Amino acid sequence: MMYAATQAAYLAASVCFIFALHWMNTPATARQGVYAGIAGTAIAILVTWSEPAVVHHGWIVLALAAGVAAGVPLSQVPLTAVPQRTALSHAFGGLAAGLVGTAEYYLQVAESPERLTAFRMTALIAEILLGYITFTGSLMAAGKLQEIRWVPQRPVTYPLQNASNFLLFGAAVALAAAIAAHPAAPWARAAFPAIIGLALLFGVLLIIPIGGADMPTVIAILNSYAGLSAVAMGFVLDNKLLITAGALDGSSGLILAIIMCRAMNRSFTNVLFGAFGQVARAQTAGEQKVYKSETPEGAAQVLAQANFVVIIPGYGMAVAQAQHKVRELYDQLKKRGITVKFAIHPVAGRMPGHMNVLLAEADIPYTDLVEMDEINRDMPQADVALVVGANDVVNPAARTDTNSPIYGMPIIDADKARTVFAIKRSKNPGFAGIENELYFSDRTWMLFGDAKAVIGELVKELAGSSGMH
Amino acid sequence: MDIWPTVYVFVLASFIGLGVIRRVSRLLHTPLMSLTNAISAIAVVGAILLTGGDYPDRIRLLGAVALFASMTNIISGFLITDRMLRMFKTGGARDGGRR
Repeated sequence: MMYAATQAAYLAASVCFIFALHWMNTPATARQGVYAGIAGTAIAILVTWSEPAVVHHGWIVLALAAGVAAGVPLSQVPLTAVPQRTALSHAFGGLAAGLVGTAEYYLQVAESPERLTAFRMTALIAEILLGYITFTGSLMAAGKLQEIRWVPQRPVTYPLQNASNFLLFGAAVALAAAIAAHPAAPWARAAFPAIIGLALLFGVLLIIPIGGADMPTVIAILNSYAGLSAVAMGFVLDNKLLITAGALDGSSGLILAIIMCRAMNRSFTNVLFGAFGQVARAQTAGEQKVYKSETPEGAAQVLAQANFVVIIPGYGMAVAQAQHKVRELYDQLKKRGITVKFAIHPVAGRMPGHMNVLLAEADIPYTDLVEMDEINRDMPQADVALVVGANDVVNPAARTDTNSPIYGMPIIDADKARTVFAIKRSKNPGFAGIENELYFSDRTWMLFGDAKAVIGELVKELAGSSGMH
Repeated sequence: MDIWPTVYVFVLASFIGLGVIRRVSRLLHTPLMSLTNAISAIAVVGAILLTGGDYPDRIRLLGAVALFASMTNIISGFLITDRMLRMFKTGGARDGGRR
């Protein structure tokens, strides 16, 4: 009877989770999705806690209370810090899976080694490898995103990097296979921590060659790993709720990673093992091209005459915290009856959907946030394309220059607008040192300076001259 | 133990996941990630069983740390997802935007 009730409750929780994700298909129902998720999780916690096998309650209360105490401030971070918060929570998810797997192994070896069948042992090892790799890998990713001083921001590459990584991973898998075959042997118990160590080390080595521009893909892949480690835990514990929830999370990470890869015209393996920085060095030489720069006054005049303005935000907007100033600019243009749209490239920013959240925070209606494919059809009609802190995602070299490291990547066709204004902090080339041809086009004028300050001046100019129109 | 029912569940759940996630609005990919984060913290189930079981203290301690990590993800994941989703508004809410 107890068993049936528990299983029914777990089934109900699984259904809640599926609805939670289903309701995310439009912003109108998305908040219901959160409530469904909360309901599913609450059911799962209460039912598990009331199992007869759970006899001690003090530590559970303490751990839950500590989790609430740590979770509430983590949910209040500024939205520009959401990528690193997400990476950090993948790390926590990986750690939880790794620790549960470790505890399960030592518990079963001591009390009932006959339960460690080949299947369960394989799942347990997979849980541990995925969990600990996700833990340190996500910590590194979070460190890079937060720009912590002792975590290198630029990709770190060294000779035979991939070869040594594969060797290390091969060693971990071989050791894992040996332990899975003889889980209760005395040497297996001693060798178990070595697997943990190798997984922790591999997680670090996997992330250090990856640069900031690849972070959206990497975060999505780590999301998938965190989900799969929960699936593996479900196999170990024979718990179908864990398997379902983990599979949902795993497929979500997988789909996001595929979308990110397509948006960069790269493969999984290329992102993980490609070391983006290397290719770019080839073409730093060559003649010095000249930028044409424009003053905010001049740019404001052109904007005021436009009918259709497309704003293309990138990571630079997040860095400069310029989204609220962008909103003021949007309001000024709207007031004059100008159509304003935002062109959102899938990999703009440091995680999937990053720009949408920042612009929504600034109160810009999501109906004016337009996907790349859709806006590209309208770009030739645009009077002004205003590039705010985006770089690679508007570089026409992706279409034309077969030698460019970003060749083949789908881009937003800013260069097809009648006039392009690009806001740029300095005259140096952007991330990965790739020159952007857009900046030297005869339609392009540069606005040099901090994005927030430049847009602030544009707003001031437009507000000051509004009486004349 | 019969492993096949669990394998079935995994494969079918993955297909449901792929089908459902594919339809998620691209606008919401960041909240989607924080929501799936919170959902996959369902590892809390395994952690509760370890922490509350009649086991040696070192086993229960590992469980308690895992429980803390999972609970942190549950709380921060659901709260921040809701916080972000509250910000998504249509034009009508502000100034009668188009479409």
